[in-house]
Amino acid sequence: MDNIITVKNLNKTYKTGYVALKNVNLEIKRGEIFALLGPNGAGKTTLINTICGIVKPSSGTITADGMDIVSDYRKVRAKIGLVPQELTNDMFEQVINVVSLSRGMFGKAPDTAVLEKVLKALSLWDKRNNKIMTLSGGMKRRVMIAKALSHDPVILFLDEPTAGVDVALRRDMWDMVRELRKSGVTVILTTHYIEEAQEMADRIGVIQKGEIILVEDKNTLMRKMGKKQLTLSLTTKQNTLPSDLMGNQLELSADGMQLIYTFDTKAEHTGIAELIRKLGGLGIDFKDLHTKESSLEDIFVNLVGSKA
Amino acid sequence: MNIYAIRAIYKVEMARFRRSIMQSLLAPVISTSLYFIVFGSAIGSRMTDIDGVTYAAFIVPGLTMLSVLGQSVSNGSFGIYMQKFVGTIYEMLSAPISTIEILLSYVGAAATKSVIIGVVILITARCFVTFNVAHPLWMLAFLVLTSVTFSLFGFIIGVWADNFEKLQIIPLMVITPLTFLGGSFYSINMLPEFWQKLSLFNPVVYLVSGFRWSFYETSDINIGVSLGMTFVFMLICLIVISIIFKTGYKIKN
Repeated sequence: MDNIITVKNLNKTYKTGYVALKNVNLEIKRGEIFALLGPNGAGKTTLINTICGIVKPSSGTITADGMDIVSDYRKVRAKIGLVPQELTNDMFEQVINVVSLSRGMFGKAPDTAVLEKVLKALSLWDKRNNKIMTLSGGMKRRVMIAKALSHDPVILFLDEPTAGVDVALRRDMWDMVRELRKSGVTVILTTHYIEEAQEMADRIGVIQKGEIILVEDKNTLMRKMGKKQLTLSLTTKQNTLPSDLMGNQLELSADGMQLIYTFDTKAEHTGIAELIRKLGGLGIDFKDLHTKESSLEDIFVNLVGSKA
Repeated sequence: MNIYAIRAIYKVEMARFRRSIMQSLLAPVISTSLYFIVFGSAIGSRMTDIDGVTYAAFIVPGLTMLSVLGQSVSNGSFGIYMQKFVGTIYEMLSAPISTIEILLSYVGAAATKSVIIGVVILITARCFVTFNVAHPLWMLAFLVLTSVTFSLFGFIIGVWADNFEKLQIIPLMVITPLTFLGGSFYSINMLPEFWQKLSLFNPVVYLVSGFRWSFYETSDINIGVSLGMTFVFMLICLIVISIIFKTGYKIKN
Protein backbone atom coordinates (compact mmCIF):
# COMPACT_ATOMS: atom_id res chain seq x y z
CA MET A 1 0.00 0.00 0.00
CA ASP A 2 1.33 3.47 -0.85
CA ASN A 3 1.10 6.40 1.52
CA ILE A 4 -1.85 8.72 1.09
CA ILE A 5 -0.66 11.15 3.75
CA THR A 6 2.93 11.94 4.63
CA VAL A 7 3.80 14.27 7.48
CA LYS A 8 7.43 15.32 7.77
CA ASN A 9 9.10 17.16 10.64
CA LEU A 10 5.88 18.93 11.57
CA ASN A 11 6.03 21.44 14.40
CA LYS A 12 3.36 23.70 15.79
CA THR A 13 3.92 26.30 18.47
CA TYR A 14 0.99 28.57 19.26
CA LYS A 15 1.43 32.31 19.83
CA THR A 16 1.11 31.71 23.56
CA GLY A 17 4.30 29.64 23.36
CA TYR A 18 2.46 26.35 23.84
CA VAL A 19 4.14 23.61 21.84
CA ALA A 20 1.35 21.47 20.40
CA LEU A 21 3.34 19.34 17.94
CA LYS A 22 7.00 18.36 18.17
CA ASN A 23 8.75 17.09 15.07
CA VAL A 24 5.90 14.83 14.02
CA ASN A 25 6.63 12.30 11.29
CA LEU A 26 3.75 10.12 10.19
CA GLU A 27 2.68 8.11 7.20
CA ILE A 28 -0.90 7.01 6.59
CA LYS A 29 -1.40 4.19 4.11
CA ARG A 30 -3.99 4.38 1.37
CA GLY A 31 -7.21 2.59 2.25
CA GLU A 32 -6.43 1.88 5.89
CA ILE A 33 -8.24 2.79 9.08
CA PHE A 34 -5.71 4.55 11.27
CA ALA A 35 -6.52 5.30 14.90
CA LEU A 36 -4.69 8.15 16.56
CA LEU A 37 -4.76 7.75 20.31
CA GLY A 38 -3.56 10.06 23.02
CA PRO A 39 -4.63 11.68 26.27
CA ASN A 40 -6.44 15.04 26.32
CA GLY A 41 -4.22 17.85 25.04
CA ALA A 42 -1.78 15.43 23.42
CA GLY A 43 -2.05 17.15 20.02
CA LYS A 44 -4.47 14.86 18.15
CA THR A 45 -6.83 17.60 17.03
CA THR A 46 -4.00 20.02 16.26
CA LEU A 47 -2.42 17.41 14.00
CA ILE A 48 -5.70 16.75 12.18
CA ASN A 49 -6.50 20.44 11.87
CA THR A 50 -3.05 21.14 10.48
CA ILE A 51 -3.43 18.48 7.81
CA CYS A 52 -6.88 19.89 6.94
CA GLY A 53 -5.58 23.47 6.67
CA ILE A 54 -7.37 24.89 9.70
CA VAL A 55 -4.18 25.37 11.74
CA LYS A 56 -1.03 26.88 10.25
CA PRO A 57 2.06 24.76 10.92
CA SER A 58 5.14 26.44 12.39
CA SER A 59 7.39 24.24 10.24
CA GLY A 60 7.37 20.97 8.36
CA THR A 61 5.62 19.61 5.30
CA ILE A 62 2.47 17.62 4.69
CA THR A 63 1.48 15.89 1.47
CA ALA A 64 -1.87 14.25 0.78
CA ASP A 65 -2.37 12.00 -2.22
CA GLY A 66 1.04 13.13 -3.46
CA MET A 67 0.27 16.85 -3.30
CA ASP A 68 1.49 19.55 -0.95
CA ILE A 69 -1.33 20.77 1.28
CA VAL A 70 -0.27 24.42 0.89
CA SER A 71 0.69 24.84 -2.76
CA ASP A 72 -1.98 22.40 -4.03
CA TYR A 73 -4.57 23.27 -1.41
CA ARG A 74 -7.53 23.21 -3.79
CA LYS A 75 -6.92 19.70 -5.08
CA VAL A 76 -5.91 18.36 -1.67
CA ARG A 77 -8.82 19.80 0.28
CA ALA A 78 -11.35 18.56 -2.28
CA LYS A 79 -10.23 15.04 -1.38
CA ILE A 80 -10.53 15.44 2.40
CA GLY A 81 -13.57 15.26 4.64
CA LEU A 82 -13.45 16.27 8.29
CA VAL A 83 -15.81 15.49 11.13
CA PRO A 84 -14.72 17.74 14.00
CA GLN A 85 -15.17 16.99 17.69
CA GLU A 86 -17.69 19.75 18.35
CA LEU A 87 -21.24 19.69 17.02
CA THR A 88 -21.00 22.90 15.04
CA ASN A 89 -23.92 23.75 12.80
CA ASP A 90 -26.26 26.55 11.89
CA MET A 91 -29.04 25.54 14.26
CA PHE A 92 -31.72 27.39 12.28
CA GLU A 93 -30.96 25.70 8.96
CA GLN A 94 -32.52 22.54 7.57
CA VAL A 95 -30.48 19.35 7.39
CA ILE A 96 -30.58 19.20 3.59
CA ASN A 97 -29.38 22.80 3.30
CA VAL A 98 -26.32 22.43 5.53
CA VAL A 99 -25.28 19.23 3.76
CA SER A 100 -25.84 20.85 0.38
CA LEU A 101 -23.75 23.85 1.49
CA SER A 102 -20.88 21.55 2.45
CA ARG A 103 -20.96 19.85 -0.95
CA GLY A 104 -20.87 23.21 -2.68
CA MET A 105 -18.07 24.54 -0.51
CA PHE A 106 -15.90 21.62 -1.52
CA GLY A 107 -16.41 22.44 -5.19
CA LYS A 108 -19.01 19.87 -6.17
CA ALA A 109 -22.07 20.65 -8.27
CA PRO A 110 -25.44 20.26 -6.55
CA ASP A 111 -26.55 16.64 -6.85
CA THR A 112 -29.76 15.58 -5.15
CA ALA A 113 -29.05 11.89 -5.78
CA VAL A 114 -25.72 12.03 -3.90
CA LEU A 115 -27.25 13.92 -0.99
CA GLU A 116 -30.11 11.42 -0.84
CA LYS A 117 -27.65 8.52 -0.79
CA VAL A 118 -25.56 10.07 2.01
CA LEU A 119 -28.56 11.06 4.09
CA LYS A 120 -30.19 7.66 3.67
CA ALA A 121 -26.97 5.89 4.65
CA LEU A 122 -26.98 7.88 7.87
CA SER A 123 -30.73 7.48 8.49
CA LEU A 124 -31.22 11.21 8.04
CA TRP A 125 -33.35 11.23 4.90
CA ASP A 126 -36.61 11.44 6.85
CA LYS A 127 -35.22 14.37 8.80
CA ARG A 128 -33.89 16.26 5.79
CA ASN A 129 -36.34 19.14 6.16
CA ASN A 130 -35.94 19.39 9.93
CA LYS A 131 -34.06 22.29 11.43
CA ILE A 132 -30.80 21.22 13.06
CA MET A 133 -31.97 22.59 16.41
CA THR A 134 -34.79 20.02 16.53
CA LEU A 135 -32.45 17.03 16.23
CA SER A 136 -31.07 14.90 19.05
CA GLY A 137 -27.34 14.91 19.84
CA GLY A 138 -26.82 11.65 17.97
CA MET A 139 -28.64 12.95 14.91
CA LYS A 140 -26.60 16.16 14.98
CA ARG A 141 -23.47 13.99 15.00
CA ARG A 142 -24.79 12.16 11.94
CA VAL A 143 -25.33 15.50 10.20
CA MET A 144 -21.65 16.32 10.84
CA ILE A 145 -20.69 13.05 9.16
CA ALA A 146 -23.10 13.66 6.27
CA LYS A 147 -21.48 17.06 5.70
CA ALA A 148 -18.03 15.50 5.60
CA LEU A 149 -19.16 12.81 3.15
CA SER A 150 -21.21 15.09 0.91
CA HIS A 151 -18.33 15.71 -1.53
CA ASP A 152 -17.17 12.08 -1.78
CA PRO A 153 -13.81 12.47 -0.01
CA VAL A 154 -11.08 9.85 -0.39
CA ILE A 155 -9.60 10.75 3.01
CA LEU A 156 -11.87 11.07 6.01
CA PHE A 157 -10.84 12.47 9.39
CA LEU A 158 -13.09 11.55 12.28
CA ASP A 159 -12.16 13.51 15.38
CA GLU A 160 -13.81 11.61 18.22
CA PRO A 161 -16.84 10.74 16.10
CA THR A 162 -18.66 8.72 18.73
CA ALA A 163 -18.20 11.05 21.69
CA GLY A 164 -21.52 11.29 23.48
CA VAL A 165 -23.46 8.91 21.25
CA ASP A 166 -25.30 5.81 22.41
CA VAL A 167 -24.08 2.26 21.87
CA ALA A 168 -26.44 1.52 18.96
CA LEU A 169 -25.37 4.60 17.04
CA ARG A 170 -21.72 3.86 17.78
CA ARG A 171 -22.13 0.40 16.27
CA ASP A 172 -23.86 1.95 13.23
CA MET A 173 -20.97 4.32 12.80
CA TRP A 174 -18.43 1.54 13.02
CA ASP A 175 -20.31 -0.30 10.27
CA MET A 176 -20.40 2.85 8.20
CA VAL A 177 -16.64 3.37 8.59
CA ARG A 178 -15.99 -0.21 7.51
CA GLU A 179 -18.19 0.32 4.45
CA LEU A 180 -16.27 3.48 3.61
CA ARG A 181 -13.00 1.61 3.86
CA LYS A 182 -14.37 -1.05 1.52
CA SER A 183 -15.14 1.69 -1.01
CA GLY A 184 -11.51 2.83 -0.84
CA VAL A 185 -11.75 5.71 1.62
CA THR A 186 -8.82 6.14 4.02
CA VAL A 187 -10.09 6.81 7.52
CA ILE A 188 -8.12 8.52 10.27
CA LEU A 189 -9.89 8.62 13.59
CA THR A 190 -9.13 9.86 17.03
CA THR A 191 -11.05 8.43 19.91
CA HIS A 192 -11.18 8.16 23.66
CA TYR A 193 -12.92 4.81 23.37
CA ILE A 194 -9.94 2.51 22.98
CA GLU A 195 -12.30 -0.37 22.22
CA GLU A 196 -13.31 1.60 19.15
CA ALA A 197 -9.73 1.61 17.89
CA GLN A 198 -9.35 -2.04 18.84
CA GLU A 199 -12.52 -2.89 16.96
CA MET A 200 -11.84 -0.98 13.77
CA ALA A 201 -8.26 0.17 13.26
CA ASP A 202 -5.67 -1.47 11.05
CA ARG A 203 -2.89 0.56 12.60
CA ILE A 204 -2.52 2.52 15.80
CA GLY A 205 -0.61 5.73 16.42
CA VAL A 206 -0.07 7.10 19.89
CA ILE A 207 0.64 10.77 20.43
CA GLN A 208 1.66 12.29 23.73
CA LYS A 209 2.71 15.84 24.52
CA GLY A 210 2.84 16.61 20.81
CA GLU A 211 5.12 13.70 19.93
CA ILE A 212 4.26 10.51 18.11
CA ILE A 213 5.54 7.86 20.50
CA LEU A 214 4.38 4.81 18.61
CA VAL A 215 2.97 3.74 15.27
CA GLU A 216 2.27 0.06 14.89
CA ASP A 217 0.03 -2.44 13.18
CA LYS A 218 -2.76 -3.15 15.67
CA ASN A 219 -2.35 -6.92 15.72
CA THR A 220 1.43 -6.66 16.01
CA LEU A 221 1.03 -4.18 18.83
CA MET A 222 -1.36 -6.47 20.68
CA ARG A 223 1.03 -9.36 20.25
CA LYS A 224 4.13 -7.41 21.20
CA MET A 225 2.79 -5.52 24.15
CA GLY A 226 -0.18 -7.61 25.18
CA LYS A 227 -0.10 -9.76 28.30
CA LYS A 228 -2.24 -12.58 29.53
CA GLN A 229 -3.27 -13.15 33.11
CA LEU A 230 -4.34 -16.34 34.86
CA THR A 231 -6.53 -15.81 37.92
CA LEU A 232 -6.91 -18.63 40.42
CA SER A 233 -9.75 -18.40 42.94
CA LEU A 234 -8.48 -20.02 46.14
CA THR A 235 -10.45 -22.23 48.52
CA THR A 236 -8.75 -20.76 51.58
CA LYS A 237 -7.52 -17.27 52.27
CA GLN A 238 -3.77 -16.68 52.02
CA ASN A 239 -2.15 -13.93 54.10
CA THR A 240 1.14 -13.85 52.21
CA LEU A 241 2.59 -15.33 49.08
CA PRO A 242 4.88 -18.29 49.69
CA SER A 243 8.48 -17.20 49.07
CA ASP A 244 10.10 -17.88 45.67
CA LEU A 245 6.78 -18.85 44.11
CA MET A 246 7.11 -17.80 40.45
CA GLY A 247 8.93 -14.54 41.30
CA ASN A 248 7.29 -11.20 40.54
CA GLN A 249 4.95 -12.72 37.96
CA LEU A 250 2.59 -13.79 40.74
CA GLU A 251 0.47 -11.48 42.87
CA LEU A 252 -1.95 -12.06 45.72
CA SER A 253 -5.20 -10.11 45.61
CA ALA A 254 -5.99 -7.69 48.45
CA ASP A 255 -8.57 -10.05 49.97
CA GLY A 256 -6.13 -12.98 49.85
CA MET A 257 -8.59 -15.11 47.89
CA GLN A 258 -7.06 -14.85 44.41
CA LEU A 259 -3.69 -15.49 42.86
CA ILE A 260 -2.99 -13.52 39.68
CA TYR A 261 -0.28 -14.86 37.43
CA THR A 262 0.91 -12.74 34.49
CA PHE A 263 2.58 -14.60 31.65
CA ASP A 264 3.85 -14.10 28.14
CA THR A 265 1.82 -16.01 25.57
CA LYS A 266 4.70 -15.97 23.09
CA ALA A 267 7.19 -17.53 25.53
CA GLU A 268 8.19 -21.15 25.03
CA HIS A 269 7.26 -21.96 28.63
CA THR A 270 4.43 -19.96 30.13
CA GLY A 271 5.09 -21.39 33.59
CA ILE A 272 1.44 -22.33 34.17
CA ALA A 273 2.11 -26.04 34.59
CA GLU A 274 4.96 -25.30 37.01
CA LEU A 275 2.77 -22.93 39.03
CA ILE A 276 -0.01 -25.48 39.40
CA ARG A 277 2.49 -28.16 40.38
CA LYS A 278 4.05 -25.91 43.02
CA LEU A 279 0.66 -24.90 44.43
CA GLY A 280 -0.25 -28.57 44.74
CA GLY A 281 3.03 -29.23 46.54
CA LEU A 282 2.32 -26.39 48.97
CA GLY A 283 -1.22 -27.64 49.60
CA ILE A 284 -2.86 -24.51 48.18
CA ASP A 285 -6.10 -25.52 46.49
CA PHE A 286 -8.14 -23.50 44.04
CA LYS A 287 -11.77 -23.86 43.07
CA ASP A 288 -11.85 -21.92 39.79
CA LEU A 289 -9.54 -20.38 37.23
CA HIS A 290 -9.84 -18.07 34.25
CA THR A 291 -7.53 -16.22 31.86
CA LYS A 292 -7.78 -12.68 30.50
CA GLU A 293 -5.86 -11.09 27.64
CA SER A 294 -4.88 -7.44 28.02
CA SER A 295 -6.85 -5.06 25.82
CA LEU A 296 -5.57 -2.22 23.71
CA GLU A 297 -6.72 0.00 26.53
CA ASP A 298 -4.35 -1.73 28.96
CA ILE A 299 -1.56 -1.38 26.43
CA PHE A 300 -2.38 2.30 25.88
CA VAL A 301 -2.50 3.07 29.60
CA ASN A 302 0.82 1.31 30.16
CA LEU A 303 2.40 3.03 27.20
CA VAL A 304 1.23 6.53 28.06
CA GLY A 305 1.88 5.97 31.75
CA SER A 306 5.46 4.83 31.19
CA LYS A 307 6.26 7.84 28.95
CA ALA A 308 4.61 10.44 31.19
CA MET B 1 -12.56 29.51 -9.45
CA ASN B 2 -14.76 27.48 -7.08
CA ILE B 3 -18.08 28.65 -8.53
CA TYR B 4 -20.07 26.03 -6.64
CA ALA B 5 -18.73 27.28 -3.30
CA ILE B 6 -19.56 30.90 -4.12
CA ARG B 7 -23.05 29.90 -5.21
CA ALA B 8 -23.66 27.69 -2.16
CA ILE B 9 -22.56 30.30 0.40
CA TYR B 10 -24.40 33.11 -1.43
CA LYS B 11 -27.56 31.03 -1.46
CA VAL B 12 -27.38 30.30 2.27
CA GLU B 13 -26.72 33.96 3.11
CA MET B 14 -29.67 35.10 1.01
CA ALA B 15 -31.84 32.44 2.64
CA ARG B 16 -30.92 33.97 6.02
CA PHE B 17 -32.09 37.35 4.64
CA ARG B 18 -35.43 35.85 3.60
CA ARG B 19 -35.81 34.05 6.93
CA SER B 20 -35.45 37.28 8.87
CA ILE B 21 -37.34 39.50 6.44
CA MET B 22 -39.00 41.47 9.26
CA GLN B 23 -35.65 42.47 10.72
CA SER B 24 -33.79 42.66 7.42
CA LEU B 25 -36.18 44.65 5.31
CA LEU B 26 -39.16 45.87 7.24
CA ALA B 27 -37.24 47.45 10.13
CA PRO B 28 -35.10 49.78 7.96
CA VAL B 29 -38.13 50.67 5.83
CA ILE B 30 -40.19 51.61 8.89
CA SER B 31 -37.41 53.63 10.50
CA THR B 32 -36.71 55.47 7.22
CA SER B 33 -40.42 56.17 6.79
CA LEU B 34 -40.41 57.74 10.27
CA TYR B 35 -37.48 59.96 9.24
CA PHE B 36 -39.44 61.13 6.20
CA ILE B 37 -42.55 61.82 8.27
CA VAL B 38 -40.61 63.80 10.91
CA PHE B 39 -37.88 65.52 8.88
CA GLY B 40 -39.57 65.52 5.50
CA SER B 41 -43.21 66.29 6.07
CA ALA B 42 -43.36 67.83 9.57
CA ILE B 43 -40.14 69.87 9.85
CA GLY B 44 -39.21 69.92 6.16
CA SER B 45 -42.19 72.05 5.20
CA ARG B 46 -40.77 74.85 7.34
CA MET B 47 -37.24 74.58 5.87
CA THR B 48 -36.00 76.60 2.91
CA ASP B 49 -34.88 74.83 -0.29
CA ILE B 50 -31.23 73.75 -0.51
CA ASP B 51 -29.52 74.24 -3.87
CA GLY B 52 -32.97 74.56 -5.43
CA VAL B 53 -34.21 71.27 -3.98
CA THR B 54 -36.97 71.03 -1.38
CA TYR B 55 -35.68 69.88 2.01
CA ALA B 56 -37.85 66.75 1.94
CA ALA B 57 -36.41 65.73 -1.43
CA PHE B 58 -32.90 66.84 -0.40
CA ILE B 59 -32.72 64.30 2.43
CA VAL B 60 -33.88 61.34 0.32
CA PRO B 61 -30.37 60.32 -0.89
CA GLY B 62 -28.87 60.92 2.57
CA LEU B 63 -31.49 58.84 4.35
CA THR B 64 -31.14 56.06 1.81
CA MET B 65 -27.38 56.09 2.37
CA LEU B 66 -27.94 56.06 6.15
CA SER B 67 -29.79 52.75 5.86
CA VAL B 68 -27.60 51.27 3.15
CA LEU B 69 -24.39 51.96 5.11
CA GLY B 70 -25.79 50.53 8.33
CA GLN B 71 -27.21 47.46 6.62
CA SER B 72 -24.06 46.84 4.59
CA VAL B 73 -21.86 46.89 7.70
CA SER B 74 -24.36 44.81 9.64
CA ASN B 75 -24.90 42.19 6.90
CA GLY B 76 -21.21 42.09 5.97
CA SER B 77 -20.16 41.46 9.55
CA PHE B 78 -22.92 39.05 10.59
CA GLY B 79 -22.31 36.33 7.99
CA ILE B 80 -18.67 35.71 8.85
CA TYR B 81 -19.13 36.42 12.58
CA MET B 82 -21.83 33.75 12.85
CA GLN B 83 -19.48 31.23 11.25
CA LYS B 84 -16.96 32.00 13.99
CA PHE B 85 -19.60 32.13 16.72
CA VAL B 86 -21.18 28.74 16.00
CA GLY B 87 -17.87 27.17 14.97
CA THR B 88 -18.77 26.29 11.39
CA ILE B 89 -15.82 28.36 10.17
CA TYR B 90 -13.76 25.14 10.35
CA GLU B 91 -15.50 24.05 7.18
CA MET B 92 -14.66 27.21 5.26
CA LEU B 93 -11.03 27.02 6.40
CA SER B 94 -10.71 23.39 5.34
CA ALA B 95 -12.55 23.83 2.03
CA PRO B 96 -10.88 24.52 -1.32
CA ILE B 97 -11.90 28.19 -1.33
CA SER B 98 -9.70 31.20 -1.97
CA THR B 99 -9.95 34.59 -0.25
CA ILE B 100 -11.52 36.17 -3.32
CA GLU B 101 -14.17 33.44 -3.47
CA ILE B 102 -15.02 33.92 0.20
CA LEU B 103 -15.40 37.64 -0.39
CA LEU B 104 -17.47 37.19 -3.53
CA SER B 105 -19.91 34.99 -1.65
CA TYR B 106 -20.21 36.75 1.73
CA VAL B 107 -19.70 40.33 0.60
CA GLY B 108 -21.68 39.68 -2.57
CA ALA B 109 -24.65 38.48 -0.53
CA ALA B 110 -24.35 41.34 1.97
CA ALA B 111 -24.15 43.93 -0.82
CA THR B 112 -27.13 42.37 -2.64
CA LYS B 113 -29.21 42.68 0.51
CA SER B 114 -28.16 46.32 0.91
CA VAL B 115 -29.01 47.19 -2.68
CA ILE B 116 -32.45 45.58 -2.26
CA ILE B 117 -32.97 47.56 0.95
CA GLY B 118 -31.78 50.77 -0.76
CA VAL B 119 -34.18 50.33 -3.66
CA VAL B 120 -37.09 49.50 -1.34
CA ILE B 121 -36.33 52.61 0.74
CA LEU B 122 -36.29 54.79 -2.37
CA ILE B 123 -39.67 53.36 -3.39
CA THR B 124 -40.95 54.02 0.15
CA ALA B 125 -39.59 57.59 0.02
CA ARG B 126 -41.44 58.18 -3.23
CA CYS B 127 -44.67 57.58 -1.29
CA PHE B 128 -43.85 60.58 0.93
CA VAL B 129 -41.83 62.91 -1.30
CA THR B 130 -41.78 63.85 -4.98
CA PHE B 131 -38.30 63.54 -6.49
CA ASN B 132 -36.65 62.58 -9.74
CA VAL B 133 -33.43 60.74 -10.42
CA ALA B 134 -31.38 62.67 -12.96
CA HIS B 135 -28.82 59.93 -13.56
CA PRO B 136 -30.35 56.53 -12.74
CA LEU B 137 -27.30 54.55 -13.82
CA TRP B 138 -24.96 56.66 -11.70
CA MET B 139 -27.42 56.36 -8.83
CA LEU B 140 -27.33 52.59 -9.15
CA ALA B 141 -23.54 52.64 -9.51
CA PHE B 142 -23.14 54.65 -6.27
CA LEU B 143 -25.62 52.39 -4.51
CA VAL B 144 -23.79 49.23 -5.55
CA LEU B 145 -20.34 50.70 -4.90
CA THR B 146 -21.33 51.90 -1.43
CA SER B 147 -22.99 48.58 -0.60
CA VAL B 148 -19.92 46.61 -1.66
CA THR B 149 -17.44 48.92 0.07
CA PHE B 150 -19.26 48.96 3.39
CA SER B 151 -20.03 45.24 3.22
CA LEU B 152 -16.26 44.76 2.93
CA PHE B 153 -15.82 47.02 5.95
CA GLY B 154 -18.47 44.96 7.75
CA PHE B 155 -16.62 41.77 6.86
CA ILE B 156 -13.51 43.17 8.59
CA ILE B 157 -15.59 43.96 11.69
CA GLY B 158 -17.05 40.44 11.60
CA VAL B 159 -13.57 38.93 11.59
CA TRP B 160 -12.31 41.30 14.29
CA ALA B 161 -15.27 40.93 16.65
CA ASP B 162 -15.13 38.13 19.19
CA ASN B 163 -18.41 38.97 20.90
CA PHE B 164 -21.75 40.54 20.01
CA GLU B 165 -20.87 43.82 21.73
CA LYS B 166 -17.86 44.33 19.47
CA LEU B 167 -20.02 43.43 16.50
CA GLN B 168 -22.33 46.34 17.32
CA ILE B 169 -19.84 48.88 18.60
CA ILE B 170 -18.41 50.07 15.26
CA PRO B 171 -21.79 50.49 13.52
CA LEU B 172 -23.19 52.31 16.55
CA MET B 173 -20.18 54.35 17.64
CA VAL B 174 -18.56 55.08 14.28
CA ILE B 175 -20.83 54.49 11.30
CA THR B 176 -23.97 56.17 12.66
CA PRO B 177 -22.19 59.40 13.79
CA LEU B 178 -20.23 59.56 10.53
CA THR B 179 -23.44 59.17 8.54
CA PHE B 180 -25.33 61.80 10.52
CA LEU B 181 -22.37 64.18 10.19
CA GLY B 182 -21.78 63.22 6.57
CA GLY B 183 -24.35 65.56 5.06
CA SER B 184 -27.34 63.24 5.13
CA PHE B 185 -29.60 65.99 6.48
CA TYR B 186 -27.71 69.09 5.31
CA SER B 187 -25.28 70.38 2.74
CA ILE B 188 -21.80 70.65 4.22
CA ASN B 189 -21.59 74.07 2.50
CA MET B 190 -24.00 75.21 5.23
CA LEU B 191 -21.31 74.56 7.89
CA PRO B 192 -18.66 77.05 9.11
CA GLU B 193 -15.40 76.76 7.15
CA PHE B 194 -13.54 74.82 9.87
CA TRP B 195 -16.26 72.15 10.07
CA GLN B 196 -16.47 72.01 6.28
CA LYS B 197 -12.75 71.14 6.14
CA LEU B 198 -13.08 68.65 8.98
CA SER B 199 -16.00 66.99 7.17
CA LEU B 200 -13.70 66.16 4.27
CA PHE B 201 -12.06 63.52 6.50
CA ASN B 202 -15.42 61.78 6.75
CA PRO B 203 -15.68 59.18 3.95
CA VAL B 204 -19.49 59.25 4.15
CA VAL B 205 -19.51 62.86 2.91
CA TYR B 206 -18.20 61.67 -0.47
CA LEU B 207 -20.76 58.87 -0.72
CA VAL B 208 -23.75 61.05 0.18
CA SER B 209 -22.56 63.88 -2.05
CA GLY B 210 -22.02 61.61 -5.04
CA PHE B 211 -25.30 59.82 -4.49
CA ARG B 212 -27.18 63.11 -4.17
CA TRP B 213 -25.58 64.37 -7.39
CA SER B 214 -27.04 61.39 -9.26
CA PHE B 215 -30.49 62.61 -8.15
CA TYR B 216 -30.33 66.41 -8.41
CA GLU B 217 -27.06 67.18 -10.21
CA THR B 218 -25.99 69.18 -7.20
CA SER B 219 -23.20 68.13 -4.85
CA ASP B 220 -20.92 69.36 -2.09
CA ILE B 221 -17.92 67.58 -3.59
CA ASN B 222 -16.82 67.11 -7.20
CA ILE B 223 -18.37 63.90 -8.51
CA GLY B 224 -15.00 62.55 -9.68
CA VAL B 225 -13.52 63.10 -6.22
CA SER B 226 -16.51 61.37 -4.62
CA LEU B 227 -16.09 58.38 -6.85
CA GLY B 228 -12.32 58.29 -6.35
CA MET B 229 -12.58 58.46 -2.54
CA THR B 230 -15.13 55.63 -2.52
CA PHE B 231 -12.74 53.49 -4.53
CA VAL B 232 -9.88 54.41 -2.17
CA PHE B 233 -11.92 53.28 0.83
CA MET B 234 -12.82 50.06 -0.98
CA LEU B 235 -9.16 49.46 -1.78
CA ILE B 236 -8.17 49.98 1.86
CA CYS B 237 -10.80 47.42 2.93
CA LEU B 238 -9.55 44.91 0.35
CA ILE B 239 -5.94 45.35 1.51
CA VAL B 240 -6.94 44.83 5.15
CA ILE B 241 -8.91 41.69 4.24
CA SER B 242 -6.04 40.25 2.22
CA ILE B 243 -3.75 40.79 5.25
CA ILE B 244 -6.34 39.10 7.49
CA PHE B 245 -6.40 35.99 5.29
CA LYS B 246 -2.64 35.96 4.80
CA THR B 247 -1.91 36.13 8.51
CA GLY B 248 -4.99 34.22 9.64
CA TYR B 249 -5.80 37.07 12.06
CA LYS B 250 -8.65 36.02 14.39
CA ILE B 251 -9.73 33.17 12.10
CA LYS B 252 -6.80 30.77 11.97
CA ASN B 253 -4.46 29.63 14.73
